Amino acid sequence: MSNTNAKKMPAGMEHGKRKIDFKVLGRVVKLLFQSYPRLVPITMVCIAFSAAVAAVPAIFIQKVLEVVTKYMDGGITDWGAASREILPMVITLAGLYLLSITLTTIQTQLMAYITQGFLCKLRRKMFDGMQNLPIRYFDTNKHGDIMSYYTNDIDTLRQLVSQSLPTLLQSSIIVITVLGIMLWYSVWMTLVVLLGVSLMVFVSGKIGGGSAKYFVRLQSHIGKIEGYMQEMMSGQKVVKVFSREDKVKKELHDINDELFKTSYRAHAYANMLGPIIMNIGNILYVIVAAAGGLFILGGIPNYSIGAIFSASMLVLTIDIAVPFLNMTKQFTGNVNQFSQQINSIVMALAGADRIFNLMDQKPETDEGYVTLVNAYVDEQGNVTEAAEHTGQWAWKHPHGDGTTTYTPLRGDVRMEHMDFAYEEGKTVLHDVTLYAKPGQKVAFVGATGAGKTTITNLINRFYDIADGKIRYDGININKIKKADLRRSLGIVLQETNLFTGTVMDNIRYGKLDATDEACIEAAKLAGAHDFITRLPGGYQCELTNNGANLSQGQRQLLAIARAAVADPPVMILDEATSSIDTRTEAIVQAGMDRLMKGRTVFVIAHRLSTVMNSDVIMVLDHGRIIERGDHQKLIDEKGTYYQLYTGAFELE
Amino acid sequence: MLKRLAASVREFKAASILTLLFIVGEAIIETFIPFITADLINYIQKAGSDLKMERILWTGLLLLGMAALSLTCGGIAAYTCAKASSGFSRNLRNDVFDKIQDFSFHNVDKFSTTSLVTRLTTDINNIQMSFMMIIRTAIRAPLMLIFSIIMAFYMGGLLAMSFVVLVPLLGMGLFLVSRKAMPAFRAVFRKYDRLNESIEENVRGARVVKGFSREDYEKEKFGTAAEDISGDFTRAERIVACNNPLMQFCVNANMIFVLTVGSQLIIKSGGATLNVGHMSAMLTYGMAILMQLMMLNMIYVIITMSSESVKRVNEVLIETSDIQSPDNAVMEVNDGSIDFDGVSFKYSAKAERFALADVNLHIKSGMTVGILGGTGSSKSTLVQLIPRLYDVTEGSIKVGGVDVRQYDLDTLRGQVAVVLQKNLLFSGTIKENLRWGNENASDEELVEACKLAQAHEFVSSFPEGYDTYIEQGGTNVSGGQKQRLCIARALLKKPKILILDDSTSAVDTKTDAMIRAGFKSYIPETTKIIIAQRVSSVQDADLILVMENGAVAAQGTHKELLTSCSIYREIYDQQTKGGEEHE
Repeated sequence: MSNTNAKKMPAGMEHGKRKIDFKVLGRVVKLLFQSYPRLVPITMVCIAFSAAVAAVPAIFIQKVLEVVTKYMDGGITDWGAASREILPMVITLAGLYLLSITLTTIQTQLMAYITQGFLCKLRRKMFDGMQNLPIRYFDTNKHGDIMSYYTNDIDTLRQLVSQSLPTLLQSSIIVITVLGIMLWYSVWMTLVVLLGVSLMVFVSGKIGGGSAKYFVRLQSHIGKIEGYMQEMMSGQKVVKVFSREDKVKKELHDINDELFKTSYRAHAYANMLGPIIMNIGNILYVIVAAAGGLFILGGIPNYSIGAIFSASMLVLTIDIAVPFLNMTKQFTGNVNQFSQQINSIVMALAGADRIFNLMDQKPETDEGYVTLVNAYVDEQGNVTEAAEHTGQWAWKHPHGDGTTTYTPLRGDVRMEHMDFAYEEGKTVLHDVTLYAKPGQKVAFVGATGAGKTTITNLINRFYDIADGKIRYDGININKIKKADLRRSLGIVLQETNLFTGTVMDNIRYGKLDATDEACIEAAKLAGAHDFITRLPGGYQCELTNNGANLSQGQRQLLAIARAAVADPPVMILDEATSSIDTRTEAIVQAGMDRLMKGRTVFVIAHRLSTVMNSDVIMVLDHGRIIERGDHQKLIDEKGTYYQLYTGAFELE
Repeated sequence: MLKRLAASVREFKAASILTLLFIVGEAIIETFIPFITADLINYIQKAGSDLKMERILWTGLLLLGMAALSLTCGGIAAYTCAKASSGFSRNLRNDVFDKIQDFSFHNVDKFSTTSLVTRLTTDINNIQMSFMMIIRTAIRAPLMLIFSIIMAFYMGGLLAMSFVVLVPLLGMGLFLVSRKAMPAFRAVFRKYDRLNESIEENVRGARVVKGFSREDYEKEKFGTAAEDISGDFTRAERIVACNNPLMQFCVNANMIFVLTVGSQLIIKSGGATLNVGHMSAMLTYGMAILMQLMMLNMIYVIITMSSESVKRVNEVLIETSDIQSPDNAVMEVNDGSIDFDGVSFKYSAKAERFALADVNLHIKSGMTVGILGGTGSSKSTLVQLIPRLYDVTEGSIKVGGVDVRQYDLDTLRGQVAVVLQKNLLFSGTIKENLRWGNENASDEELVEACKLAQAHEFVSSFPEGYDTYIEQGGTNVSGGQKQRLCIARALLKKPKILILDDSTSAVDTKTDAMIRAGFKSYIPETTKIIIAQRVSSVQDADLILVMENGAVAAQGTHKELLTSCSIYREIYDQQTKGGEEHE
């Protein structure tokens, strides 16, 4: 668990840094622009405009108040005269408001569109990128971690794009505009406000950072508790038969306590930020009022930008002091808004970092250029390419000199002196040589880790090996396009993976244009037809959750049917019948024999009854072939196979 | 529904109530501040050149004091609120998990493991967030709303009439928007779950996707689903996005109203009915009132959104375990005899077929019983009834002459050790795993059990021996080693009944025979039930059951069955045929 957590933390976090990573932020923003090169700028302009417009009313309000005060001071109660001054201002104001509402409407509607669209594009990019990754990536990364990129991390990005970034833009524009207006009226007073604001920025940096640190830690605690619950719940029966419920409860409570401590610290920090910023704002308000009073009373000259443009120097008056106080409020309100986003920004950037990490993974490379095409093969063995489905296939091999040769697909697989290591220095296959002629059944027998599955991983190029070691119908498999190579290989694995959809859909996965009849025929061959017809809905029975409503044995039969419908010349059965009991296996055997007929088949099995009738059986030990031959020959040799067969030796 | 959840607040009740109080305190101060500032502005304006600094300073001090008080309240509330909500979610998580631990399998089967984990994490997180929201705003928002309205009327008099129009207008608008958006959101979330499931399928099934070269097909499928969700989500969000302009419209309309009507009132009355200070206070309160309405709407949205989570968590909490120890439970198991009398069983009441039908069995204490049968013949089901992992639907099972339903569960399960077919080791050392069987077992006892299970040899060969760390799921030991460790773990219980459910399938026949021989000499008193695929594992048993389609098709000794039972003979022939040819 601890490993996972460490991995989940972004690089910066491990070193205790909790600053905003501008490089990642820059990349998010760039991606956002690339996704919507027109709409994003339009939205930004809307945000900027409405923010600027939001600051302007203060001026008009102040002007209206000025007029009102003027009339009151003069003791004039003539509304008619006043209204001629006030109403135009109010109408302008109403116009501004209308503009602002229109802008806000456009902006929020666009934001909804952009956020979801962006996330959708990002998700697709991640998924497309992931599909192109080599099997190695899936073998070496925890599936839970990969999943959380799509769920948790995308979620934090949603917050960033839909809330944090617009707030950031809007608040800074308002702050700048208000600052400008304040400077227009009074430099001294502005300085007073700025002093208070810098204190706010400092405090929110401190507290916001602290809370972000705890929030990131909280994520890893949640991962830990999730892992524990997952383990205990899948082992629920064991827990019960050993009456360990109380012990398990206690362990969970302990982990949960840690989660609680981190959670309440994170939230306490986050909750604290608002009151602190707002009250600094309140105090600032008092200070600005007092300072204003002092300036007015003391008659201190009022430097202002406005003064530069007007003939007379503006004196600080009440008419200026009052809107100033309002602007102070607006200023602090925006700083507060901004500071509330710090948490989500830090968390989103950590998430974005992980997402980019997934997107930056090196995709599976494929330099293959030999493709599989439909063909006609005449009696002399001449091959002509065909556009339509002919039932016959050929390898199309373009050569450097511009000529193209065709080789009929036969299913002849040869390996010569093959060595292989997943990690450098840890060789798992040593000098493996084997020939599988078309139609032959080749079996691999050996302990876990002997290298059986590795061989099949190399045949279908899940992992790549040096040139020329494996030849398929005489062609170096590195020259064959991966998709075409794999299309010619049917593979059934011990770990069956079914997809959400009907039974029929799952069988058809092997060949997308297969008719219903073809799928049913394949199911019959695999011996799955019988149980399928007894399922509620038969072939239309919906499978969910990797076919949880089927037994492991039934899932394996479906996986075999899926491979059968693809009708490949070569099949790889990796422990494909391990969960089917011997009696059922014997019943299925007839269909399986028909299925394997005329195909080159590689079989890996624990159970010797599954491999006994193979043409060649290879006994593997620590990556070397130690015995080879058919059943009779190996029995006669009285070696490892013989010991296995007589039950004197344990296969792990 | 909420009452049951609220029971989990417990020791955090004080913190929750304190939060409510301090938040209200903070809110009251916050509402008074504009009152005072308005007064101050009014004074400054009235005083003109007679402005006295003293007055400003006094008001300033008062404001300062209030800010300090507000900060204290706010700070304390921030702390108690975090504590109360995190604490509540901790308790709730504990409660739900404990509840699940007490579930019978009948209960567990109703939910899937993944869905239970989601309930414990995501759903409880959602509930925590809304709890936090509720204790922070549930009292504050309406209170501030009422207060602001009163103040607005007090200060503004006629001017406050604008709210009479605007508040219901905004309230209605917000309510309509939420009502329209909510179902859209809920539908989207369900679709999201499905999208994530399909991602998981692809991650897990990467080999299948690549094996069939279905990358492009999957990309397209995913793309369509993602676009579909994105479209739905955009629609839902666009409905919600209407809130913002609506709110802005109300605030602005209020501004315009106050400015025109307000200045008219001031000027016409010469400041008698209304003054400038009051007018700017009106602007502030107007803002506050509409803000609180927004707040209330947000609470409404959050509660509706989390109601799905509340429902899901509640489902777990109200589920009552149907297997519990009875009152006056029997605390002692006499011996290892087992009697099945007319036992029938089905996994759910709705199931049409019985998984087990009319089983009658009498096993004497100390006997060794073998069970054979094909996939789906209910062998595992039969043995799982003995430690009461499930309860019989009809008939009764007696252990040591007493109905299993009369025992204390821990007593019964303490004496019935089951090595499950899906056996599991947990992350931890080998020692820790073995001690599941008996927490107080000495190191010698561990070694002894391992020797009996033929596990001692390979355990000692590990560099760290019994302290070797087992990865989650036991991935770093082989299948056969795992099975033998699980047998040793069960042996440590020193049970009166030992059940091995296909637990030596990955162990070679020789070792298998040694384990069985060990049982015979070391635990002769223990009743042993062995489910196996291999005839060799059961042929020397005192009694062999052949199961088919949920019924005992035949029972007898090896010899008897060879002659009387065709299925048995068929299995036997199949498994020995090859051997005889070559030996």
